[in-house]
Amino acid sequence: MTAAALATLLSHWRRNPLQLVTLVAGLALATALWSAVQAINAEARASYDAAAATLGEGQFAQIVATEGGTIPEASFVALRLGGWLVSPVVEGRLNGIRLIGIEPLTAPGGFGPLATVEGAELGDFVTGAAPLFAHPEAAASLALPGVEVIAQADLAPGTAITDIGQAQRLLGLEGQISLMIVAPDQPLQQGALADLAPDLTLRPPVEGADPARLSDSFHLNLTAFGALSFAVGLLIVHSAVGLAFEQRRPTIRTLRALGMPGGRLTVLVAAELALLALAAGAVGLVLGYVIAGALLPDVAATLRGIYGEAVAGSLAFRPAWALSGLAIALVGTALAAAGALWDMARMPLMEVAQSRSVVLAAARSARARAVLGGVLLAMALVVAAFGSGLVAGFALLGGLLVGAALILPLMIDRALAFGQSRATGPLTEWFWADTRAQLPGLSLALAALLLAMAANVGVSTMVSSFRLTFTGFIDQRLASELYVYTDEAGVEPLLVFVGPQVEAVLPLMSVERELAGLPGQIYGARDHATYRDNWTFLDSVPDVWDRLAAGEGVIVNEQLARRAGLSPGDPLTVAPGLALPILGIHGDYGNPIGQAIVTEDLFRSLFPEVAPTRFGLRLPPDQVPALVAALTEDFGLPEVNVVNQSDLKALSLEIFERTFTVTEALNVLTLAVAGLAILMSLLTLAGMRLPQLAPVWALGLTRLRLGQVELLRALLLASLTALCALPLGLVLAWVLLAIVNVEAFGWRLPMFLFPLDYVRLGLLTLIAAGLAALWPALRLARTPPAALLKVFAHER
Amino acid sequence: MLLTLHQITKSYPGPEGPVPVLQGVDLTLAAGETMALTGESGSGKSTLLHLAAALDRPDSGTITLDGTLVSTLDDRGRAALRRSRVGIVFQQFNLVPSLTVAANIALQARMAGRHDPDRDRALVESLGLTPHLAKYPEQLSGGQQQRTAIARALAARPALILADEPTGNLDEATAEGVLDAMLALVAETGAALLAVTHSARVAARMSRQVHLREGRVA
Repeated sequence: MTAAALATLLSHWRRNPLQLVTLVAGLALATALWSAVQAINAEARASYDAAAATLGEGQFAQIVATEGGTIPEASFVALRLGGWLVSPVVEGRLNGIRLIGIEPLTAPGGFGPLATVEGAELGDFVTGAAPLFAHPEAAASLALPGVEVIAQADLAPGTAITDIGQAQRLLGLEGQISLMIVAPDQPLQQGALADLAPDLTLRPPVEGADPARLSDSFHLNLTAFGALSFAVGLLIVHSAVGLAFEQRRPTIRTLRALGMPGGRLTVLVAAELALLALAAGAVGLVLGYVIAGALLPDVAATLRGIYGEAVAGSLAFRPAWALSGLAIALVGTALAAAGALWDMARMPLMEVAQSRSVVLAAARSARARAVLGGVLLAMALVVAAFGSGLVAGFALLGGLLVGAALILPLMIDRALAFGQSRATGPLTEWFWADTRAQLPGLSLALAALLLAMAANVGVSTMVSSFRLTFTGFIDQRLASELYVYTDEAGVEPLLVFVGPQVEAVLPLMSVERELAGLPGQIYGARDHATYRDNWTFLDSVPDVWDRLAAGEGVIVNEQLARRAGLSPGDPLTVAPGLALPILGIHGDYGNPIGQAIVTEDLFRSLFPEVAPTRFGLRLPPDQVPALVAALTEDFGLPEVNVVNQSDLKALSLEIFERTFTVTEALNVLTLAVAGLAILMSLLTLAGMRLPQLAPVWALGLTRLRLGQVELLRALLLASLTALCALPLGLVLAWVLLAIVNVEAFGWRLPMFLFPLDYVRLGLLTLIAAGLAALWPALRLARTPPAALLKVFAHER
Repeated sequence: MLLTLHQITKSYPGPEGPVPVLQGVDLTLAAGETMALTGESGSGKSTLLHLAAALDRPDSGTITLDGTLVSTLDDRGRAALRRSRVGIVFQQFNLVPSLTVAANIALQARMAGRHDPDRDRALVESLGLTPHLAKYPEQLSGGQQQRTAIARALAARPALILADEPTGNLDEATAEGVLDAMLALVAETGAALLAVTHSARVAARMSRQVHLREGRVA
């Protein structure tokens, strides 16, 4: 019995393969988008974890040379003898790879490769073999004679680790170490650092500088996009499952009438859907893997560029990711199909003549959904007004999107009713009325289109605003035409050399200091038109630069102001006993931690030990190539010590172009998914529409005209949806920029509008809807008259 | 007695309260017997048929089919009863659109675990469906669909065949042929037939006729 019933259920897909394809494609695309984003995020996070574990970046306090440079091994021995639980680390560059040497016997738990490298035995480090453990990409470029290199995917990209002795030998740093890691638990009695090693400084663990946290915002945005895309996909699946169930309702009824128990039939349908979900999920995983593989190099470059983090440019297959992708496909299908299965379980065996009451019930349910949508939108407004924090931001996003999707059919219906009231001819009257009648069947697909376009408007606006702000910031920050670096000994000769050839030399000097209880940096700025002309402030007192030049205050970046709750006029302690009022707050989008800027004179008096070794040079742009040539060829400055501003700007812009590639790709995919939703709904409705269209055809409308009307209808509905999606997308962008990003980044980006982009997006939406409607319209235009006549032949 | 309906009442909800459809109907049908159930539209014929088929439950009264008290069965028991003891020819045929004619005919017999390809062949031949076996219902005329529905009901060798307007879609000559075949097949299996019909000609071919008027046996 079960086999016969199952074969009967499955025969529906055999007879309607297109419906099966759209159902599987919808679910597969939804899973693909979701899992691609997850794969990218997982890959990047794995890279951070590896980076964090490689050197405990920020986890442990470190002891470094006060003056910079290396530390003699004797200092390490002195500290150990003085009761300090420290572990030596040497690091340097070898063939472009960051080589780290550690001493595993003294390294604190959770630090270094023993924590991360599978198969890395202590013995490997302490015996003479001392292999190099390296990320696979790094391992490929580390062919060293007599040294075994073991590829290890869990290590940070571009990094290799080995025993400290081996590293010292390879780096030519025998007897020297770079720093010492300080174990978290220290003995109660130990000698003072200043007594044991006066040239060394204790650097506390870096708060807020965990790379994973810095990039959370980028991932948050990606995840939000992935979730939205999945929601769009779920709407498709819901629509497909609902319509497939609707089409099979008579078959299900017949099977039950012929003796199939309702419970078993429901289980069979659920199992059938689960199988389809697994199959579609598997296809989606493969697609997601391909999408992620294609996008990851751009994402990796973006993260590297913005945050300086090393993310592998190739994708690793992670079983947990595959399982979660399949699970999300199953859960998504279950969510999408729950309503249809519930209806099926409760479906009366006998068809009761209650069509009018069914229509009334459907109208009631549509009204209830609209009311619920209105309530959600109102709640979102309340959250926007009174909420704070990331959770509130996401609650606001959820309320807005779900509320808008629920209220959309009512809004479109009102617009159509208005059109109907203005219709004059019989054909237009029928068109408006018939379009309203089609709305319930298409509302899910239209909701998918709404979410897709709103997500596109929102994310594009956010990324474009980010780009505009960031390029403005780059222009402000990289005002000097050339940047040069040298060592302390080279400063004087360099200044003498460049002096006659440039308009101004601007020293770049900074020192790491705690600011308002947070880790930060203090910069010294020379009073020069470069700053006065280019820097803009988010908030400031009058005559900022004059007062700064007079040493009457400091300028702080937005991160510091937000985290410490500072405003212009508030005092900020920049040195023991010296608190200066804040004169201005500037946007700072290239740096995660707090910064304060004082005038050069004050900086030099406060930190006389810090001598600038980096300089910005102002000169006419056309003279830059000549000076670069002179610096490298005549003066002998290494090329890497000379940075051309235009190159730097080009690099920064390239990073944003890559970011755009990612968002554009996701945009197009999401719109494609929404287009698919419309196609599927229209195709499924097409079969049911014949009884409604046949009389109109019989009354004198050609099949071609009917097809044109169907196309026009789809475009009209898509246009109305796009009109609703635009404000929704802009609100979405505002939430991302003003709430989510502030929480994640610590800065608020100004929101810019891009009308031309929206027009382009609107056209893309219409094209997606038009393409989706084209096939059903063509099919209708080519419907044989016999098929239309059958409608009348079946009438009894 | 194969089928016994005792004091059956049934009503449906209406805008101004319940609308009685059957009001204390008593009916019996013996194995091998054929009965025509006639009456005006709205007299309760189809409702009575659905109750006899265990598709619906009466408000009161008892139904016994082949010794089983139908009213005491749960959904699963009623489904098993329909599957194994009852063959139904629906007014709207209720063929599965995604199955071929051959698969439709075999469907209930397969579900009941009594599929006999030889019997299917004989049925198909006697009902003139041989050229249409590979077709789908939408490719058939109304009469062909009706014959397919009849074949499906008979293929499972049920004890009771319930038919709602079994020749309603057919012209007189075809209807006559289909009725001949159906009665012959019913006689061959020893099943009982209860047919709802408006046609006096069909009713005249049955061994008994019962007329319903306003929910009561007239």
